[in-house]
Amino acid sequence: MTIKQLSIFLENKTGRINEVTKILGQHGINMHAFSMAETTDFGILRLIVSEVDKAVEVLREANFAVMLTDVVWITCPNVAGSLSHILDHLAEQHIFIEYMYAFAEGDQANVIIRPNDIDHCIQVLKKCDCNIHNSL
Amino acid sequence: MGPGVSYECEVQDGSHINEDHFYPEIIHPDTLVQLPHGQQGELVFTTLTKEGMPLLRYRTKDLCTLYDGQCACGRTSVRMGRIIGRSDDMLIIRGINVFPSQVESVILEMPEFEPQYMLVVDRVNNLDTLQVQVEVRRDFFGDDIGRMLNMKKTLADKLKSVLSISADVKLMEPGSIERSQGKGKHVIDKRKLV
Repeated sequence: MTIKQLSIFLENKTGRINEVTKILGQHGINMHAFSMAETTDFGILRLIVSEVDKAVEVLREANFAVMLTDVVWITCPNVAGSLSHILDHLAEQHIFIEYMYAFAEGDQANVIIRPNDIDHCIQVLKKCDCNIHNSL
Repeated sequence: MGPGVSYECEVQDGSHINEDHFYPEIIHPDTLVQLPHGQQGELVFTTLTKEGMPLLRYRTKDLCTLYDGQCACGRTSVRMGRIIGRSDDMLIIRGINVFPSQVESVILEMPEFEPQYMLVVDRVNNLDTLQVQVEVRRDFFGDDIGRMLNMKKTLADKLKSVLSISADVKLMEPGSIERSQGKGKHVIDKRKLV
């Protein structure tokens, strides 16, 4: 019930993200979602893409430090309070969220979650008003 | 060498060496052959009057030029020009002697990093700064920012204990530091020493 996220180590340098998107574009790989975590001298680009294995291969060929991370992808109704309801359940069960990012699409909201205990998180989510996705 | 080796006069055209106490020579740093005055090389001193701990052809590792002839001030002693560099790779940062090999030994101890590094020395607001750029090995790169920052701090702490000055560690992507043939270039000194 998890999906694979690409995590890419990037120096803080103008045009570096551009190089990632260019390579993915050239190989016909679509980006569904991403988020950027940054520090003063480096950042970690977290990406959900259409073809994971191919993306890893072409990025490693271009010398990027890429690794795969298991994350949970859920969709919930795009209405006030729906995410809060889900997060309440996770907190009650002492599930710690390392990071998450989200985007809304019409009446649905997509949320990517990286919890500390992924199996436990999925058990809890199954009882909530949301869909857990197995694949893209 | 101690104080009193040389002094600058009001003309400020080189430093007058006290030749009655110190005998200066310029040598080629590789061949060790003595060079004539007026040519640039490594400054070597022999003490003439020290009794407790005399020095014979002591290599300063400083590169400069010796000048003969009468100075505009009237003195006729040999003058040494401005020190323009070092014959070894030692850096002087905030008055502390730093060798790139010290940084290298710390990096080689840590499996998280490639044996590739670059020291960037600069001077900001009259204070020397040292940045150590180092490549993270692919296997040790992680999605967890906290772990990456810990890796950076561990290296910074180790460098501080070895060098006695603090360095700013910059984590770099694998393969991003320029590879050189043979003897690696590990220092970029941006300080303007004039």
